[in-house]
Amino acid sequence: MSDKPYGLMAEFDSPAAILQAAEKIRDAGYRRWDVFTPFPVHGLDRVMGFKNSLVGWFALVFGGGAFVATMGLIWFTNTFDYPLIVGGKPMFSPPAAFVPSYILMVLGGAVGAFVGMLVLNGLPRLHHPLLQKARFALASRDKFFLVIGANDPKFSETETRLLLESIGGTHIEGVEA
Amino acid sequence: MSESATNLKAFTPPAELRRAPIVANNRGPGWLTDKLSAFAEGKTPPWWWIMFVPAVLGATVLLPAMLIYQVSTGVGVWGNNQPVAWGWDIINFVWWVGVAHAGTLISAMLFLTRQHWRTTIGRATEAMTVFAVMMAGLYPAIHVGRVWFAWFLFPIPNSNALWPQFRSPLMWDVFAVNTYMLVSMLFWYMGMIPDLAVLRDRATTRVRKFIYGFLAMGWTGSARHWHHYEKAYVVLSGLCTLLVFTVSSIVGLDFCTSQLAGWHATIFPLYFVVGAVYCGFGMVLVLLIPLRKLCHLEEIITPRHLDRICKLTLLSSLAIAYIYLMEYFIAWYSGDPYERWVFGHRLFGHTYWYGGWIMLVVNVGLAQLLWFKRARQNLKLVFAIGVLINIGMWFERFIIIVGSLYQDFLPANWGVYYPTWVDIGTYVGTLGAFFMMYLLFIKFLPLVAIAEVKGAMPQADPPHPLGGANGGHS
Repeated sequence: MSDKPYGLMAEFDSPAAILQAAEKIRDAGYRRWDVFTPFPVHGLDRVMGFKNSLVGWFALVFGGGAFVATMGLIWFTNTFDYPLIVGGKPMFSPPAAFVPSYILMVLGGAVGAFVGMLVLNGLPRLHHPLLQKARFALASRDKFFLVIGANDPKFSETETRLLLESIGGTHIEGVEA
Repeated sequence: MSESATNLKAFTPPAELRRAPIVANNRGPGWLTDKLSAFAEGKTPPWWWIMFVPAVLGATVLLPAMLIYQVSTGVGVWGNNQPVAWGWDIINFVWWVGVAHAGTLISAMLFLTRQHWRTTIGRATEAMTVFAVMMAGLYPAIHVGRVWFAWFLFPIPNSNALWPQFRSPLMWDVFAVNTYMLVSMLFWYMGMIPDLAVLRDRATTRVRKFIYGFLAMGWTGSARHWHHYEKAYVVLSGLCTLLVFTVSSIVGLDFCTSQLAGWHATIFPLYFVVGAVYCGFGMVLVLLIPLRKLCHLEEIITPRHLDRICKLTLLSSLAIAYIYLMEYFIAWYSGDPYERWVFGHRLFGHTYWYGGWIMLVVNVGLAQLLWFKRARQNLKLVFAIGVLINIGMWFERFIIIVGSLYQDFLPANWGVYYPTWVDIGTYVGTLGAFFMMYLLFIKFLPLVAIAEVKGAMPQADPPHPLGGANGGHS
């Protein structure tokens, strides 16, 4: 555990309070900060300026890939590698091959969305500096936390603390890395 | 300043469009967290053990005994024989797949249509889906007879250079059921991650902290995490919705691509989807009505939510009634003597007439009670209807499978089918395994989606006075 702090953590009581606080932090020019809430708060992504999540692209690539791969597999196994006449049916018929390909597209898309969510969120992780704070356990209950990282160019132990106090944050604590 | 979040103007709908909050008595997020994690954290009540012991005996003694006997002896220990080569194994396969469907419909389709009341029941029904698909998947695997060759179903390179035959719907079924199982597990687990974090943060012992912490994968509830998470959840819901329609369609294709009278009908894929959803709603009622009482969730799963499930049940019963009508009409209108024979014998035959009547009276007749509000509010009656729907839908599969197979085109081939004690034991064993897993789920995992319920309350809505707007306090 290094001596360098992770950041400062402030607690808020309601979704509206955290939304207003986030807006003030953004307007104060901070860049490396995050908000921790027990449920998604509507409007936060707009305030924090998030772009459309890339999860959809993960799903598209995985799902599309699975569709093409299954089509290819069926063609390879039933037409190319071991062609076998069954019931006078064509060796490769797209409508029949579509069904398993489509099903595996769904599987691929679902795995893609899940993997995308994990990759983009940097999960799974075994440890997070915030999880050692006793009060942070309330972030999954009914409290809303705003954390400003010590690696923010504007971060200063005293001024940032004053700012968090002035916007209504309570239980302001330093977080060790 | 580009956007102003401080301008928290609440959109207040006119009085007639306002809806009651999903949870009774206007509870805040703290109360909800305590309430919804209470069952997983509290002392195990006696009723849990009373249900768990028989279930676990079914799952770990009866089911393995039946499977070992059947696999070591052969499928001849079942009642299956010529001409009825599909017996209880396939009936129960279709039945279990059907039970699963309502869970996916509730959790995925009602999510996409923004039905917030689903948050209170979504998790419990998804669990039902996952465990029911597992039970369904068991049956085709043991039905193949030589289970040690079941890997032939997958395209695994082998020294015989043989490949699966992708032109058969039975092969599609392998992919459909396995995909359904994996995707519903993924959906279930992903939905649970924030709630596992809740249990981790509340854990008092090291063991609980470690296990829930491991399963929660380091979830912190960061706004960035929620952003990607919500997107992934929408995508998964969309994909699961596709599965609601495809899995049972493919099971239906197993039947309708054959030439047999009673099976060879274009309505079969739709027939199986509607039947699956209907049967699943029956199981949802059977599970939720005792669950809300025993786990003290009356304020969370309110009578209004059950009322809505009853209405969905009624809707699917009307759909299935239409399909029965079409099935009989087409059999008559086709002029095909074999079709007419089979459908006539479903109701007036010498051996299985009772199955046809149970199917019609229960699935079409009994469910009409749900038109009446007084019936829908009588939870004992609704529970009984749920049980009977499950039985009625079981007989529907029985009459479709056995009723078509036992009299085919040549009278010399006719025969009758009766299950053996191994058929019955295996089925009872799967019921035990299902309830064992379900009881373990409600004991150890968050049985209501904690984060989702909190997020659907007015307390979570920043422009709402309860969400803290205009100095209001939560």
